[in-house]
Amino acid sequence: MTEKVLQVFIDGAVKYFQHTSDKEVKVGTPYLVNNSEPSAFDFTGVIGVTGPMKGCVYFTAPQILLKHLLLSMGEDETTEENIIDVVGEVANTISGNARSEFGKEFMISVPVVLEGPPSNIHLPRHLRSYVIPVYWKSYSAAIVLCFE
Amino acid sequence: MLKLMIVDDSNVIRRRIERCNNGSDMFNVVASAQNGKEAIEVFKKVQPDVITMDLTMPEMDGIECIETLMALNPDIIILVISALSDKATGIEALEKGARGFVCKPFSDEVLMASLIEVTEQDDD
Repeated sequence: MTEKVLQVFIDGAVKYFQHTSDKEVKVGTPYLVNNSEPSAFDFTGVIGVTGPMKGCVYFTAPQILLKHLLLSMGEDETTEENIIDVVGEVANTISGNARSEFGKEFMISVPVVLEGPPSNIHLPRHLRSYVIPVYWKSYSAAIVLCFE
Repeated sequence: MLKLMIVDDSNVIRRRIERCNNGSDMFNVVASAQNGKEAIEVFKKVQPDVITMDLTMPEMDGIECIETLMALNPDIIILVISALSDKATGIEALEKGARGFVCKPFSDEVLMASLIEVTEQDDD
């Protein structure tokens, strides 16, 4: 994976959170993890990617961050249903925005939302993933990229 | 008042678009749908004037839905609201009949300005 690819997703995350009422967002230094020990918080929105780049992009965050994210969007119903919805929407938006750089050939699925980490159904064990830490308000989340 | 229908697989986004239009003197949200297939069924019942349309949805995606809706009523005003930010997808949506394109994430101001812009195109 090139630095340019990582930067596309870093930019996507920053852009997403800058559209919330609390625009202060920080992105940490990306790092690699083994897929046998995936990085995950309470809820994870997974987007499958096909085309020249194959694999998945996921956004994972703690429940409390997602509740605050809903509130920052003017949504006062912070139900589990809406938490599941918004974690998938963040993953979808960041992945969809990447097409401005990668083009239409970067084909993305609708989001699949999981509680906890993705299983090895989503993440091939022989590969490693890049984790991009995201800090918003006082909470941590991450965007994870796993491409063949 | 123009009748507005919201099509998006995200409940959070549907509710947000509805909130933006609360108190609007131009748009009255009359219906919503969570995929293209449902949108066509609802469209036939409520005959909206304007539709906000997501693209990445299960069952039937937004591009196919725009094509079907335009065949049913070529005068329908469709504003695409999608995260798919490549030029080719935007052009394809416009070629199928959409009047405008708003990229997610969006601000309330951009959404409302775009809705007004696509409806005013109709007055020209």
